[in-house]
Amino acid sequence: MNRSSSWAHEAVAVFAKDWLLELRTRVALGAVVLFAVTSVVASGFALAPPSGVPAEVKAALLWVVVFFAAVAGLSRVFVVEEETRTADALRLAVSPAGVFAGKLAFNTVLMWMLCAITVPLYLLLLEVPLRNVSLLVVVVVLGSTALACATTAVGAIVAKATMRGALFGVLAFPVALPPLLVAIHATKAAWLSDSAWRVAAGDLQVLAGFMLVIVPASVLVFEHIWSE
Amino acid sequence: MDFFLGLHIGYTVHEKVMTWQIVLRRVGKVFDERTVLRDISATMTAPGAWVISGPNGSGKSTLLRIIAGLLTPTEGAVQYLYNGERLTARQQRQAVGVVAPDMALYRPLTALENLRFFARARGLPLRDSDLLEWLERVQLRSRAHDPVATFSTGMVQRLKVITALLHRPPVLLLDEPSSNLDEAGARFIYQTVQEHAQHGIVVIATNDTRELGYGEPLIQLGA
Amino acid sequence: MNRTVQIITGIWVAGVTVAAFLWLPPAEGFRSPETARIVVFHVPCALLTFVAFLVNAVYSWKYLRSRDPLTDSKANAAAELGMLFAVLATVTGSLFAMEQWGSAWNWDPRETSIVMLMLVYAAYFVLRGAVEEKSKRARLSAAYALLAFPAMVFLIWILPRVVESLHPTNTLFSRSGLDTEYRITLWSFFAGLMAIFVWMFRLRLRVELAEARLRQQSQRVTQPESQLAGEIR
Repeated sequence: MNRSSSWAHEAVAVFAKDWLLELRTRVALGAVVLFAVTSVVASGFALAPPSGVPAEVKAALLWVVVFFAAVAGLSRVFVVEEETRTADALRLAVSPAGVFAGKLAFNTVLMWMLCAITVPLYLLLLEVPLRNVSLLVVVVVLGSTALACATTAVGAIVAKATMRGALFGVLAFPVALPPLLVAIHATKAAWLSDSAWRVAAGDLQVLAGFMLVIVPASVLVFEHIWSE
Repeated sequence: MDFFLGLHIGYTVHEKVMTWQIVLRRVGKVFDERTVLRDISATMTAPGAWVISGPNGSGKSTLLRIIAGLLTPTEGAVQYLYNGERLTARQQRQAVGVVAPDMALYRPLTALENLRFFARARGLPLRDSDLLEWLERVQLRSRAHDPVATFSTGMVQRLKVITALLHRPPVLLLDEPSSNLDEAGARFIYQTVQEHAQHGIVVIATNDTRELGYGEPLIQLGA
Repeated sequence: MNRTVQIITGIWVAGVTVAAFLWLPPAEGFRSPETARIVVFHVPCALLTFVAFLVNAVYSWKYLRSRDPLTDSKANAAAELGMLFAVLATVTGSLFAMEQWGSAWNWDPRETSIVMLMLVYAAYFVLRGAVEEKSKRARLSAAYALLAFPAMVFLIWILPRVVESLHPTNTLFSRSGLDTEYRITLWSFFAGLMAIFVWMFRLRLRVELAEARLRQQSQRVTQPESQLAGEIR
């Protein structure tokens, strides 16, 4: 009975299955994108004309929208397993590490897709000057990945508790705050500063460092969340 | 209408001398202050089928979940032994197949997609053709590309059974397998149990008078 | 904690408090020298809320390994006390800020850290409230505490660099420039407060244990013995 199924292979299987499910039902993506687009449009309306709004505010607002959109959808990947009662079959077939890695990968890609739609729309509607676009892309990718890393384990916790929706936002916020603040800071630098890369370099390092700490912590803790 | 011809467990020939064992050592489970199970001990050695019986609410499903490894007992332990050696968690996952009413498959996905996922997740070198063969054995081949949500109860149960047997586990755990099934479905379950019990271990948790006769009484939970 | 220690603690804390008003000279260099005495109470509270957070993290870690319900009660007690001290720290800090800078809130990194800590405690309690089954509640809240801990460490580390450039701040509270009398009083109060922390902690645990015992006894009355056990084969 010799099978080589490392956690990486398991994670790929889980990731593929979750995306297949998502494409069929479109629940998470729908919730997330709808929230983000609505928020951006509302912000655009509320702040018109956007020229008078300081860059700090625009940077903060962007990430607030991204964060809350994430809250709307990032716990889905675990909640759906509990709600449709497929969690047990998953638990029997896949190691906890494999489940976590697969779901983390799913959430990360979900965040990237969210940002791919939200950020350009935001830049357009709020008339953000397009400077240091490459830095902005790096900040958005790194920042959204960090948010996924921070909140995936929390989503697993919430899926196991009784109240779902409101609980996720409350629990996720403190853990997501460090990458959020740093991303805002770096985004503002990308929009305002002339030596943006130098200013943001520290922030990017913090984002990377944060992920290097929170992912192992999540993996360690996940086994206890997932197994009963 | 026989569903189940020729489903064999692959390790028969060269592993005839090898023994699988499940040992329950003083297993107990407490939920908050409610004691559901207390001091349950038993040993099952392959081959054979055993039955856990008891009225509703007596803890049959809880005990089965503990044996499956889905639930940790508050006291005691369940050990899986192969030739006297304890299995690791990973090995135990590979050694067990479970069919239970509250354990669902992925309804938006097709039968084939479900099988593909579980095969991939378990690292089984099965191609689509192999999976279709499994579906053929339970007469679901024609529905391979239909979402599980469109299946009848009997069809879902058959799919659950082959999902549980895909990795050819020596241990098969069934929780009230014939409930909500018609005559043909019940017969399918019976045949599955008979075939599997020839070489492996089958444990059935049930209240059903038919199923009570499928194996040796192991544990009777009181009320 | 035996009677003697309790009495000593009480006298000590009372004594330090009185000394903070009678013996301690007014703080020079502050806008309202008399009110600045509050520093002596504020800083220990803030320190203790961080200590409580650490204690909670340690007991959470221990719980996940041992699954001992008492350890979970300890983690919970630490969190409750941490919340209490965080509130006290925020209030005293606000009062001081009001006197010193004319506004109750200034987004000073240290102020913000305490508030974030309160958010974590609040989230912790909300989570505990959302899970009914005790062992599940313990397990999930311990897991959350162990995620929140590194996040808060990061937060406290990055806050100064981020907040300062996000908002043009005013003065940062620097403790290094305190006079000897203030330092003595402050640490004396800290010692006393630490003793109170331990005292309240143990008290809280005793309440919890008493409640558990009460529940067990009422359970035994309502649940018949025959409902258990299976046959051995």
